This record gives sequence, C-alpha cells and structure tokens, in this order.
Amino acid sequence: MTAAATERDEERRAMTASGEVAIDIAGMNKWFGEFHVLRDINLTVYRGERIVVCGPSGSGKSTLIRCINALEGHQAGRIVVEGTELSSDIKNIDRIRSEVGMCFQHFNLFPHLSVIENCTLAPIWVRREPKKEAEDRARYFLERVKIGDQALKYPGQLSGGQQQRVAIARSLCMQPRIMLFDEPTSALDPEMIKEVLDVMVDLAESGMTMLVVSHEMGFARQVAHRIIFMDEGQIVEQNEPEAFFNNPQSERTKLFLSQILSH
Amino acid sequence: MAGEKPVAFVAERQIPPSPPPVRTGGALGWARDNLFSGVFNSVATLLSLAFVAYILAMVVPWLFLDSVWNASSLQGCRQVDDGACLAVINERFLQFVFGFYPEELRWRPILAFVLLFVAIWPALFSSAPRKLLIFSALYPLLAYWLIWGGSLWGPVGAVVGIAIGWACIRFLPPLVRGRLDEGLAFLAAVGAGILATALWWLFCVIAFEDALSAVLAIGLEPVESARLGGFLLSTIIGVSGIAGSLPIGIVLALGRQSNLILIKAVCVGFIEFIRGVPLITLLFVAWLLLSYFLPPGTEFDLILRVVIMVTAFASAYMAEVIRGGLAGLPAGQYEAADSLGLDYWKSMRLIILPQALKISIPGIVNTFIGLFKDTTLVIIIGLLDPVGLLQPIRADQNWNGIVWELYGFIALFFFIFCFAMSRYSMYLERNLDVGHR
Repeated sequence: MTAAATERDEERRAMTASGEVAIDIAGMNKWFGEFHVLRDINLTVYRGERIVVCGPSGSGKSTLIRCINALEGHQAGRIVVEGTELSSDIKNIDRIRSEVGMCFQHFNLFPHLSVIENCTLAPIWVRREPKKEAEDRARYFLERVKIGDQALKYPGQLSGGQQQRVAIARSLCMQPRIMLFDEPTSALDPEMIKEVLDVMVDLAESGMTMLVVSHEMGFARQVAHRIIFMDEGQIVEQNEPEAFFNNPQSERTKLFLSQILSH
Repeated sequence: MAGEKPVAFVAERQIPPSPPPVRTGGALGWARDNLFSGVFNSVATLLSLAFVAYILAMVVPWLFLDSVWNASSLQGCRQVDDGACLAVINERFLQFVFGFYPEELRWRPILAFVLLFVAIWPALFSSAPRKLLIFSALYPLLAYWLIWGGSLWGPVGAVVGIAIGWACIRFLPPLVRGRLDEGLAFLAAVGAGILATALWWLFCVIAFEDALSAVLAIGLEPVESARLGGFLLSTIIGVSGIAGSLPIGIVLALGRQSNLILIKAVCVGFIEFIRGVPLITLLFVAWLLLSYFLPPGTEFDLILRVVIMVTAFASAYMAEVIRGGLAGLPAGQYEAADSLGLDYWKSMRLIILPQALKISIPGIVNTFIGLFKDTTLVIIIGLLDPVGLLQPIRADQNWNGIVWELYGFIALFFFIFCFAMSRYSMYLERNLDVGHR
C-alpha cells in the first residue's frame, strides 16, 4: 500500500470520527413506474470526503446522485443534505441546489451564453451578487480550470474537454459545499479525459466534498476516500480504494472489476 | 512472400497546407455547372428563361411603359394609353391608406405610425438603447389615444388598471406567506390581479375618466371606429395581433407544459378550441355575440373586439409553435438550470425561452405573416380594410371594370410587409447563431 493511500485512509477515518455529515441518506427507495431503480440505499458522506461510485450501466448510480440535488425525486426514505431534508418544498430544494454543484456527462452548458455568462448567471440571479463580483470570481475559477483565455467564446466553439472544464467552473462559481459528478469523462475523446481529471484532482486537493460517478479507476485509486459499487439498484460493496481493488469481497464486484480492468 | 510491401511506415515530413484549387471559369463556368450541366437541365433552363421573358414582356409595357397616372376615369385612361390605369390608385391613394379618417386629423395616425418604429426598435435590434423599452410598453395606449382621440384620461385609466393588477400580483403573496403554499399563493394573486384589472376596466375607468376630465380636460378630437379603414386598419389589427399573440402564446405554451392540472387544462382547452374554429366564426362572435356577455350598456369598440379575437386566434397557433421549440431543447438544459438553483421563472426566462424562441423563429414569423394577411377577413363583418374599400371603388361609375391594378396594389402592400418580416427573421436567425451545440 502506498504512503499516499495510507495517508488518505487516515484522513477518511478522521472525517468519520469528526461526525461532520455532508449528506445522509437513510432507507431511500425509488421506482421508475414499476421498476425498482434504487433499493434501500443507506449512505453517509462526511465533509471533505471523496467518493467514487461505480457499477454496470443501469445499476442506478446516476439516479442515486441525481436524487441528492432532487433532479429525481425519491419515494421512500430520507435524504438530508447539509442539515436540510429534501422534501417537496420548493424553497428547500432551491436552497440545496445552490449548495450542491453538479457536472453532467454532456456538460449541459447554455449554448446561447458565452463562457463567462454561463459562469456568472447563477451567482447573479440566484445569489443576487453584483455583476462585477460574479465576473471576478468567474475569471478566477476559469483560470483555475486553465481556460481563462476562452472566457468570451461560446460553448459551441470549444472542445469537449474545454466544455466540461467550463461546466466545472460554472458549478464552482456558486461556491458549493458539495460537488456531484455524473460520468464527467464518458462523453470525451481519450485525449481530453486527462485535462478534465486533472482539474478534478486539483479540486479534490482543495478539500471539496465530492461524489463522482465514474469508470476512471485510475482517478478513483488516486483521489477517492471510499469506493462504492452498485448493482441492480443497491449498494453491493464499499471500501477504501486499495482494499476495494486488491481484495473485492462480493462475486459481482469481482466480475465487474475483471471486466473493466482486463483491457 | 516475395514482392509484399512492408507494413511499417513513418512520415518523413509534415505536409504543409496549400490553397484549394481555383474554381474553373468564372461566370461561364458557373453557368455551365449550374444551368447547362446536361441535356435535361439545358432544356429546363431555356424553357424557364422563355417563360420569364414572356411574363416580363406582358407586364413591363402594361405596368411601366403604357401606364396612365393622370386621368379621372377608366375611359380617360384608355384615351391616353392602353396600359395599367394607375390613375385610380393615384386618385384613391389616401383613402386606401386612411379609410374615411378625417382629412385634417390624418397627422395623428401618421405620427402613431412613425412612433411605432421607435417603439419596436429596441424589440428588434439589440443595439437600441434599453431605456426605450419603457416607451415601447406605453406605446399601445399612446397609439390608441392618437388614433381614436378622446380624453387622455381614458388610456391613463387603462394603465391604472394594469398597475392595480400588477400590485395584486406583487404584494398579495407576501401577505399570506406561511399560511398558503407558495405556488398556490402566486396563482391566487395572479387570478386576483386579473380580476381586479378586469373589474376596474369594466366599472371604474369611465368614472375615473369623467372625474379627471372635470378637473383637467386634456383630449384630442375623437374619431369613430367606423371612419377607420384601409391600410391603417390592417396595420392596427395586424400589429396589435402580432404584439399580443407572442407573449400570450408563450404563456399558453408554458401553461400547457405545467404540472398544475388546472392551468394545463385551461391552456389546452383554449388552444384546442380556438384552433378548432375558423377565424371567420370568431370574427362573427366578436361582431354579434360578444355584447351579450358584457354588462349591459358597455360601449365596446368593434375594432377592439376584432383585435382581441385575432390575437386569441394567433396566440393559439403561436403556443403550438413555441411548444415545438420547447420540446426541441435537450432535457439537459432544464436539468442544468435546475441544478444551479434557478427557480422556474428564472430558468424559463434566462435559459429555456431564449433558446426555444430561437428555434421557433421560422414558425413564429410564419404565424405573424399568416395573421397579417388574415386581417383582410374583417371585410366579412363590414370593416373597410383595403379589400373592403375595393367594392365602392369598383362600383364607382368612373372606375368600373378595373381589377388588376387595384388587387395588385393591395397585394404589393401586403407583400412588402410580409417580405420585410421574412427578411428580418432571417437576419435574426443569423444574428443569434452562436455556433452549433
């Protein structure tokens, strides 16, 4: 086990011991019509923790993180985000959404707005910040994702990797306490995956609480405190990364790992 | 195996970019490529050219070379030359434009028409100063006052009604905060606002107008609706319909997508009913039936009623056009707006509608053009739009027998307006195009 990994495990134990909970999901169930997509999910995420969620397609991992900012509603159980329980109350949902940033597989930038306008829109309209302040912060985060020189372009003029980095900057401009990533590199050409992962590693080092749905196992090994494996709507296995990769317990996890690591 | 090439290959140098080959032969080459590229195409080109030449040979001498501008009757025209008798348009031009609007007051519609361009300037071109939008918002009432005249306090009373409605929507929800669901409170406030405005307009405006007129009488000489006609009338109905149908259509399209059953039902019912009924039926309703539904003694102008019906008709179509645009947006745009914490109205206004409307531009302009041409249907209920003015002219002994010149002139008027709208929509599409997704 590498020194970095050991250090990370120590970090995680300290977070758990601190008891500062960012997200608490208890007994959560969800159905799409008749289809039971999430089954009895129990998950506690501590402040500063970085979790990678993996699993075969259709296992419910995207749905799980989309429930955390109420892009999907849940039918049973409870989800508490930063002390606020998700209910049907619109005020609660909007407050949680402004605390939780999200990056999508297909970036979902606003094509009719320039890069900088994409980044300043929510701070100006949701947080009611002065335009100047919002722009200054947008420029800071665009620099941080190494794309400051493209601020006046439109999303359609950027490559996929650049667009995803803008999407990350857009979320960060709301100064969220939690960042959700829904397969952020799955729609990218191989050459561009690294530039996005680099930004995410940088973000991880800054102490952000992160939930990442991803198949980038190298990234998971490098930054995750915990890895969660889902299959058929339930959490099948979770562990610290070294233990997860080197010594998977369930048969399904072993099969999954053998399939994605064999090439 | 002998003679087989080795697989390995390494490029020895970077091939520099070079300009594309020059296209062959300028205009002649273009003609050969596009007009005479084969036997069939050559024949088709020649036949088309012959047809165009044939039409021009008929029209040009008739309309330009042999036409008569100055005569007092068709016979007079014929004595001069055998081309188009444009003297009729020369003589009746002002009537075509204004109908029977009093001659000495015609500066008022002209001023209103000029101000129309000031009012739509900020709506059409983003380079215009934003402050002008205030003028645009007040323009409808200003134009109404200029054209119909009367006391200034009438339009002011109408503005007060709108202000009352707005105040209901703005200040009622905070009063019930905590006791009522937020969305429900907002809906209730909108309902109360509309009701308050309607009640004010129906019962209080006249008293308001009389009271203030007694204090300070400012007014223009009133002009009856029956004296309005011609292109003035078409423009009034068309422009009001266009200006009204877009916002109402947007609201209907959003309502149709709403999760609130009642709102959805009202919007779907309105759209389907209005779309399922011919415009002429609606115009008859406006003409004959509407007064049964209004409080007795309400003086409700016929042109205003027609404008309301035409607007409602176009709104239903507009709603469906915009719904198409809304459906054309990827779900990711809604999700991204949600995930940033934007509420429904902000995400609609800032994210969804700008894109949906851009996709819908061709359909929207199509509806505008259709609406503008449909204004000629008001002839059915006795209003004297340009087509309505034709009948008395053709019945006039002096001009009896003239057909082409008059219809052609009206067609030209509508063509200019519709073509301008079409061109503007193309400009707008180009201007809003900021790269593919």
